[in-house]
Amino acid sequence: MNPPDRAFAEPWHAQAFALAVALHERGLFSWSEWSQALSAEIARAPERDYYANWLEALEVLIAAKGAGTRVELAALTQAWLEAAEATPHGQPIVLPGR
Amino acid sequence: MSEDHDHSELSPIAARVRALETLLTEKGYIEPAALDAIVETYETKIGPRNGARVVARAWVDPAYRERLRADATKAIAELGYAGRQGEHMAAVENGAGVHNVVVCTLCSCYPWPVLGVPPVWYKSHAYRARAVIDPRGVLAEFGVTLPRETEILVWDSTAEMRYLVIPERPPGTEGWSEERLAALVTRDSMIGTGLALGPST
Repeated sequence: MNPPDRAFAEPWHAQAFALAVALHERGLFSWSEWSQALSAEIARAPERDYYANWLEALEVLIAAKGAGTRVELAALTQAWLEAAEATPHGQPIVLPGR
Repeated sequence: MSEDHDHSELSPIAARVRALETLLTEKGYIEPAALDAIVETYETKIGPRNGARVVARAWVDPAYRERLRADATKAIAELGYAGRQGEHMAAVENGAGVHNVVVCTLCSCYPWPVLGVPPVWYKSHAYRARAVIDPRGVLAEFGVTLPRETEILVWDSTAEMRYLVIPERPPGTEGWSEERLAALVTRDSMIGTGLALGPST
Protein backbone atom coordinates (compact mmCIF):
# COMPACT_ATOMS: atom_id res chain seq x y z
CA MET A 1 0.00 0.00 0.00
CA ASN A 2 2.97 2.30 -0.42
CA PRO A 3 3.56 2.93 -4.13
CA PRO A 4 6.24 5.36 -5.32
CA ASP A 5 5.42 8.95 -4.52
CA ARG A 6 3.95 10.80 -7.42
CA ALA A 7 1.66 13.67 -6.72
CA PHE A 8 -0.56 13.02 -9.75
CA ALA A 9 -0.94 9.77 -11.66
CA GLU A 10 -2.35 11.42 -14.81
CA PRO A 11 -1.94 14.88 -16.32
CA TRP A 12 -5.69 15.47 -16.16
CA HIS A 13 -5.67 14.73 -12.42
CA ALA A 14 -3.13 17.51 -11.98
CA GLN A 15 -5.15 19.92 -14.14
CA ALA A 16 -8.40 19.15 -12.31
CA PHE A 17 -6.64 19.60 -8.97
CA ALA A 18 -5.19 22.96 -10.03
CA LEU A 19 -8.57 24.14 -11.34
CA ALA A 20 -10.19 23.68 -7.92
CA VAL A 21 -7.31 25.41 -6.14
CA ALA A 22 -7.27 28.34 -8.58
CA LEU A 23 -11.05 28.84 -8.54
CA HIS A 24 -11.05 28.77 -4.74
CA GLU A 25 -8.27 31.35 -4.64
CA ARG A 26 -10.17 33.53 -7.04
CA GLY A 27 -13.07 33.37 -4.58
CA LEU A 28 -15.55 31.45 -6.72
CA PHE A 29 -16.22 29.15 -3.76
CA SER A 30 -15.01 28.65 -0.19
CA TRP A 31 -12.99 25.57 0.68
CA SER A 32 -15.85 24.34 2.87
CA GLU A 33 -18.17 24.56 -0.12
CA TRP A 34 -15.60 22.62 -2.11
CA SER A 35 -15.26 19.89 0.54
CA GLN A 36 -19.02 19.57 0.71
CA ALA A 37 -19.34 19.26 -3.06
CA LEU A 38 -16.54 16.68 -3.23
CA SER A 39 -17.91 14.74 -0.25
CA ALA A 40 -21.34 14.65 -1.89
CA GLU A 41 -19.92 13.14 -5.09
CA ILE A 42 -17.86 10.62 -3.11
CA ALA A 43 -20.93 9.64 -1.08
CA ARG A 44 -22.93 9.22 -4.28
CA ALA A 45 -20.32 7.01 -5.96
CA PRO A 46 -17.88 5.74 -3.32
CA GLU A 47 -16.15 3.29 -5.63
CA ARG A 48 -15.72 5.68 -8.53
CA ASP A 49 -12.25 6.97 -9.36
CA TYR A 50 -11.30 9.76 -6.96
CA TYR A 51 -10.49 12.33 -9.62
CA ALA A 52 -13.66 11.46 -11.56
CA ASN A 53 -15.54 12.50 -8.43
CA TRP A 54 -13.33 15.58 -8.14
CA LEU A 55 -14.26 16.56 -11.71
CA GLU A 56 -17.97 15.99 -11.07
CA ALA A 57 -17.77 18.23 -8.02
CA LEU A 58 -16.07 20.94 -10.08
CA GLU A 59 -18.75 20.81 -12.77
CA VAL A 60 -21.52 20.92 -10.19
CA LEU A 61 -20.03 23.89 -8.32
CA ILE A 62 -19.22 25.81 -11.48
CA ALA A 63 -22.81 25.43 -12.65
CA ALA A 64 -24.15 26.35 -9.18
CA LYS A 65 -22.02 29.50 -9.14
CA GLY A 66 -23.10 30.49 -12.64
CA ALA A 67 -19.60 30.28 -14.06
CA GLY A 68 -20.46 27.73 -16.73
CA THR A 69 -23.35 25.52 -17.73
CA ARG A 70 -23.40 21.80 -18.43
CA VAL A 71 -24.45 22.61 -22.01
CA GLU A 72 -21.43 24.86 -22.58
CA LEU A 73 -19.13 22.25 -21.11
CA ALA A 74 -20.62 19.41 -23.16
CA ALA A 75 -20.13 21.39 -26.39
CA LEU A 76 -16.51 22.19 -25.50
CA THR A 77 -15.80 18.59 -24.50
CA GLN A 78 -17.06 17.45 -27.88
CA ALA A 79 -14.93 20.10 -29.60
CA TRP A 80 -11.82 18.85 -27.76
CA LEU A 81 -12.53 15.22 -28.72
CA GLU A 82 -12.95 16.22 -32.36
CA ALA A 83 -9.76 18.26 -32.23
CA ALA A 84 -7.91 15.20 -30.91
CA GLU A 85 -9.27 13.10 -33.79
CA ALA A 86 -8.01 15.68 -36.26
CA THR A 87 -4.54 16.03 -34.73
CA PRO A 88 -1.75 13.79 -36.05
CA HIS A 89 -0.29 11.58 -33.37
CA GLY A 90 2.47 13.21 -31.35
CA GLN A 91 1.41 16.78 -32.04
CA PRO A 92 -0.18 19.03 -29.45
CA ILE A 93 -3.95 19.12 -29.62
CA VAL A 94 -5.35 22.61 -30.09
CA LEU A 95 -8.90 23.81 -30.35
CA PRO A 96 -9.44 25.42 -33.78
CA GLY A 97 -10.57 29.03 -33.83
CA ARG A 98 -9.60 29.76 -30.25
CA MET B 1 -4.90 -4.22 -27.03
CA SER B 2 -5.53 -1.00 -28.88
CA GLU B 3 -4.85 -0.67 -32.58
CA ASP B 4 -2.42 1.80 -34.04
CA HIS B 5 -3.86 5.27 -34.33
CA ASP B 6 -2.85 8.00 -36.68
CA HIS B 7 -4.46 10.66 -34.51
CA SER B 8 -3.97 11.89 -30.97
CA GLU B 9 -5.60 10.26 -28.01
CA LEU B 10 -7.71 12.22 -25.59
CA SER B 11 -9.87 10.29 -23.16
CA PRO B 12 -13.43 11.56 -22.67
CA ILE B 13 -12.65 12.50 -19.07
CA ALA B 14 -9.46 14.38 -20.03
CA ALA B 15 -11.53 16.21 -22.65
CA ARG B 16 -13.97 17.29 -19.92
CA VAL B 17 -11.08 18.79 -17.96
CA ARG B 18 -9.85 20.61 -21.05
CA ALA B 19 -13.37 21.90 -21.64
CA LEU B 20 -13.49 23.33 -18.12
CA GLU B 21 -10.10 24.94 -18.58
CA THR B 22 -11.07 26.48 -21.92
CA LEU B 23 -14.40 27.80 -20.66
CA LEU B 24 -13.02 29.26 -17.43
CA THR B 25 -10.05 30.82 -19.20
CA GLU B 26 -12.29 32.43 -21.80
CA LYS B 27 -14.56 33.78 -19.09
CA GLY B 28 -11.59 35.17 -17.21
CA TYR B 29 -11.85 33.00 -14.09
CA ILE B 30 -8.44 31.39 -14.45
CA GLU B 31 -5.12 31.72 -16.25
CA PRO B 32 -3.43 28.62 -17.67
CA ALA B 33 -0.03 29.76 -16.39
CA ALA B 34 -1.40 29.94 -12.84
CA LEU B 35 -2.67 26.36 -13.16
CA ASP B 36 0.75 25.19 -14.32
CA ALA B 37 2.38 26.93 -11.36
CA ILE B 38 0.02 25.17 -8.94
CA VAL B 39 0.76 21.77 -10.48
CA GLU B 40 4.51 22.39 -10.37
CA THR B 41 4.34 23.42 -6.73
CA TYR B 42 2.68 20.19 -5.64
CA GLU B 43 4.73 17.99 -7.96
CA THR B 44 8.12 19.33 -6.95
CA LYS B 45 8.12 21.76 -4.03
CA ILE B 46 5.67 20.65 -1.38
CA GLY B 47 5.74 17.19 0.11
CA PRO B 48 6.36 15.09 3.21
CA ARG B 49 9.97 16.30 3.56
CA ASN B 50 8.44 19.48 5.01
CA GLY B 51 6.57 17.58 7.69
CA ALA B 52 9.66 15.50 8.44
CA ARG B 53 11.55 18.69 9.31
CA VAL B 54 8.79 19.70 11.72
CA VAL B 55 8.93 16.29 13.42
CA ALA B 56 12.73 16.27 13.65
CA ARG B 57 12.69 19.75 15.19
CA ALA B 58 10.11 18.61 17.73
CA TRP B 59 12.32 15.64 18.62
CA VAL B 60 15.41 17.70 19.33
CA ASP B 61 13.93 20.92 20.67
CA PRO B 62 11.58 20.64 23.68
CA ALA B 63 10.67 24.33 23.46
CA TYR B 64 9.63 23.87 19.84
CA ARG B 65 7.56 20.82 20.80
CA GLU B 66 5.78 22.96 23.38
CA ARG B 67 5.01 25.60 20.77
CA LEU B 68 3.74 22.86 18.44
CA ARG B 69 1.39 21.67 21.19
CA ALA B 70 0.18 25.16 21.95
CA ASP B 71 -0.36 26.34 18.35
CA ALA B 72 0.66 23.93 15.62
CA THR B 73 -0.24 26.29 12.76
CA LYS B 74 2.09 28.95 14.13
CA ALA B 75 4.92 26.55 15.03
CA ILE B 76 4.81 24.95 11.58
CA ALA B 77 4.84 28.39 9.96
CA GLU B 78 8.06 29.14 11.89
CA LEU B 79 9.77 26.66 9.56
CA GLY B 80 8.23 28.35 6.54
CA TYR B 81 5.39 25.93 5.92
CA ALA B 82 2.05 27.66 5.61
CA GLY B 83 -0.70 28.28 3.13
CA ARG B 84 -3.32 26.27 1.35
CA GLN B 85 -4.96 23.65 3.54
CA GLY B 86 -2.58 24.30 6.40
CA GLU B 87 -4.47 27.22 7.90
CA HIS B 88 -5.72 25.24 10.91
CA MET B 89 -3.28 22.59 12.01
CA ALA B 90 -3.09 20.36 15.06
CA ALA B 91 -0.13 18.18 16.00
CA VAL B 92 -1.01 14.87 17.67
CA GLU B 93 1.81 13.11 19.48
CA ASN B 94 2.44 9.42 19.73
CA GLY B 95 3.88 8.31 23.04
CA ALA B 96 3.83 5.57 25.61
CA GLY B 97 0.53 3.75 25.17
CA VAL B 98 -0.91 6.15 22.58
CA HIS B 99 -0.87 5.98 18.78
CA ASN B 100 -2.60 8.48 16.50
CA VAL B 101 -4.05 7.86 13.04
CA VAL B 102 -5.45 10.47 10.65
CA VAL B 103 -8.23 9.99 8.12
CA CYS B 104 -10.76 12.11 6.27
CA THR B 105 -13.90 10.02 6.32
CA LEU B 106 -15.92 12.23 3.97
CA CYS B 107 -13.44 13.25 1.31
CA SER B 108 -9.69 13.85 1.37
CA CYS B 109 -8.83 16.71 3.73
CA TYR B 110 -5.08 16.62 4.31
CA PRO B 111 -2.37 19.05 5.53
CA TRP B 112 -0.88 20.05 2.17
CA PRO B 113 1.88 22.41 3.40
CA VAL B 114 3.57 19.66 5.43
CA LEU B 115 2.65 16.50 3.51
CA GLY B 116 1.84 17.56 -0.06
CA VAL B 117 -1.18 16.00 -1.78
CA PRO B 118 -2.51 12.79 -0.26
CA PRO B 119 -1.52 9.34 -1.52
CA VAL B 120 -4.06 7.27 -3.44
CA TRP B 121 -4.85 4.95 -0.52
CA TYR B 122 -5.69 7.90 1.78
CA LYS B 123 -8.47 8.88 -0.64
CA SER B 124 -9.74 5.32 -1.13
CA HIS B 125 -13.14 4.17 0.06
CA ALA B 126 -11.52 1.24 1.89
CA TYR B 127 -9.29 3.43 4.05
CA ARG B 128 -11.89 6.12 4.73
CA ALA B 129 -14.50 3.55 5.67
CA ARG B 130 -12.31 1.32 7.84
CA ALA B 131 -9.85 3.61 9.60
CA VAL B 132 -12.43 4.61 12.21
CA ILE B 133 -14.13 1.28 12.79
CA ASP B 134 -11.10 -1.01 12.57
CA PRO B 135 -7.89 1.00 12.97
CA ARG B 136 -5.96 -1.99 14.25
CA GLY B 137 -6.89 -4.03 11.17
CA VAL B 138 -5.93 -1.16 8.87
CA LEU B 139 -2.60 -0.68 10.66
CA ALA B 140 -1.87 -4.40 10.31
CA GLU B 141 -2.27 -4.06 6.54
CA PHE B 142 0.39 -1.36 6.65
CA GLY B 143 2.62 -3.73 8.59
CA VAL B 144 2.17 -1.90 11.87
CA THR B 145 1.38 -4.05 14.91
CA LEU B 146 0.99 -2.23 18.21
CA PRO B 147 0.85 -3.69 21.72
CA ARG B 148 -2.71 -4.64 22.66
CA GLU B 149 -2.76 -2.11 25.44
CA THR B 150 -1.81 0.79 23.16
CA GLU B 151 -4.74 3.13 22.70
CA ILE B 152 -5.36 4.15 19.09
CA LEU B 153 -6.82 7.61 18.55
CA VAL B 154 -8.33 8.27 15.11
CA TRP B 155 -8.60 11.89 13.97
CA ASP B 156 -11.14 12.77 11.29
CA SER B 157 -9.86 15.70 9.25
CA THR B 158 -12.17 18.40 8.00
CA ALA B 159 -11.95 21.55 5.92
CA GLU B 160 -11.48 23.33 9.28
CA MET B 161 -8.86 21.13 10.97
CA ARG B 162 -5.89 19.15 9.68
CA TYR B 163 -3.69 16.85 11.74
CA LEU B 164 0.01 16.00 11.70
CA VAL B 165 1.08 12.94 13.67
CA ILE B 166 4.34 13.36 15.60
CA PRO B 167 5.71 9.81 15.66
CA GLU B 168 7.94 8.59 18.48
CA ARG B 169 11.64 9.19 18.09
CA PRO B 170 13.29 5.84 17.38
CA PRO B 171 15.62 4.52 20.08
CA GLY B 172 19.31 4.53 19.21
CA THR B 173 19.24 7.99 17.63
CA GLU B 174 20.63 9.96 20.58
CA GLY B 175 22.84 12.81 19.48
CA TRP B 176 21.68 12.67 15.84
CA SER B 177 21.40 15.91 13.87
CA GLU B 178 17.99 17.20 12.87
CA GLU B 179 18.76 16.51 9.24
CA ARG B 180 19.67 12.89 9.89
CA LEU B 181 16.59 12.44 12.05
CA ALA B 182 14.33 13.94 9.38
CA ALA B 183 15.38 11.17 6.99
CA LEU B 184 13.78 8.65 9.37
CA VAL B 185 10.40 10.37 9.26
CA THR B 186 8.24 8.79 6.57
CA ARG B 187 5.05 10.22 5.16
CA ASP B 188 3.06 7.32 6.58
CA SER B 189 4.51 7.88 10.05
CA MET B 190 3.02 11.40 9.95
CA ILE B 191 -0.40 10.03 8.96
CA GLY B 192 -0.14 7.33 11.60
CA THR B 193 -0.16 4.33 9.26
CA GLY B 194 3.55 3.85 9.86
CA LEU B 195 6.26 4.38 12.43
CA ALA B 196 9.45 6.36 12.08
CA LEU B 197 12.26 4.26 10.62
CA GLY B 198 14.90 2.77 12.90
CA PRO B 199 18.51 4.00 12.97
CA SER B 200 19.81 1.07 10.91
CA THR B 201 17.61 1.78 7.87
